Amino acid sequence: MNNIIIYIALVLLMLTLLAGLIRFVKGPSIVDRVVAFDSMTVTSLVVIGVIAYLSNRAIYFDVAVVYGLLSFLGVIIVAKYIQRGL
Amino acid sequence: MTYIKIVGEIFLLMGSFSLFVAAIGLLRMPDVYNRVQTGTKASTLGAIMSFVGIGLLAVDHWDESNWIGRVIVLIIFIILTNPVSSHVLMRAAYAMKIPLSDITTVDKLKEDIDNKVLEEPIDE
Repeated sequence: MNNIIIYIALVLLMLTLLAGLIRFVKGPSIVDRVVAFDSMTVTSLVVIGVIAYLSNRAIYFDVAVVYGLLSFLGVIIVAKYIQRGL
Repeated sequence: MTYIKIVGEIFLLMGSFSLFVAAIGLLRMPDVYNRVQTGTKASTLGAIMSFVGIGLLAVDHWDESNWIGRVIVLIIFIILTNPVSSHVLMRAAYAMKIPLSDITTVDKLKEDIDNKVLEEPIDE
C-alpha cells in the first residue's frame, strides 16, 4: 500500500500503450502508424523511469536515453523515406 | 522528505494523465495532422511532468547515484527531439498529399505554395 499512486500511474500508462497499439493496428496511412509508435515510445520511456525508481537502479535511465535516441532516429528516417526516398 | 515525495507523486500522476489524454486524442481525432499534433505535443508535456515527478520521488537516492543529472538529460533530450519529429512527420504527410479533414477551413501552406513564396519545394 506504500506506492499506490505509482501503481495508479502505471495503470494509466498501460492504458496509454493500449490506445497507441489500437491506432498502430488501425491507422489508415503510414504516418498514423509512425505517430502511434512515437507516442508509445515516449510512454515506454516513462515506464522505464518508473521501473528504475521502483527498483532503485539509476542505470536504467541510460536505457531510456538510448531508446529515445534510437526512436528519434527511426522517426526521422521513416519521414525522410516517405518524403523523397532514400 | 515525505513532502517532496508527495509532490513527486502528484507530478507523476498528472504526467500520466496527460499521456493518457494524448492517447485518447490519438484515437478520436479525425485527421492525420490533428493526430500528429495531439500525439506529440501532449505526450511531450506528459513525459516532462512524469520525469520531474520521478526525479522528485527519488529524493532518498540523490547523493549516492546521479539521479538528477540523468533526469535532466532525459528532459532536455525530450524537449529537443519531440517537436522536431512532429514537424518532419507533418511535412512528410503533406508531401504524401494526404487529404485534410472535412471540417478544416484554413490551409496556409497551400496558399504559400500557390503564391510561390516557399524557399524550397515541399515534395522533391
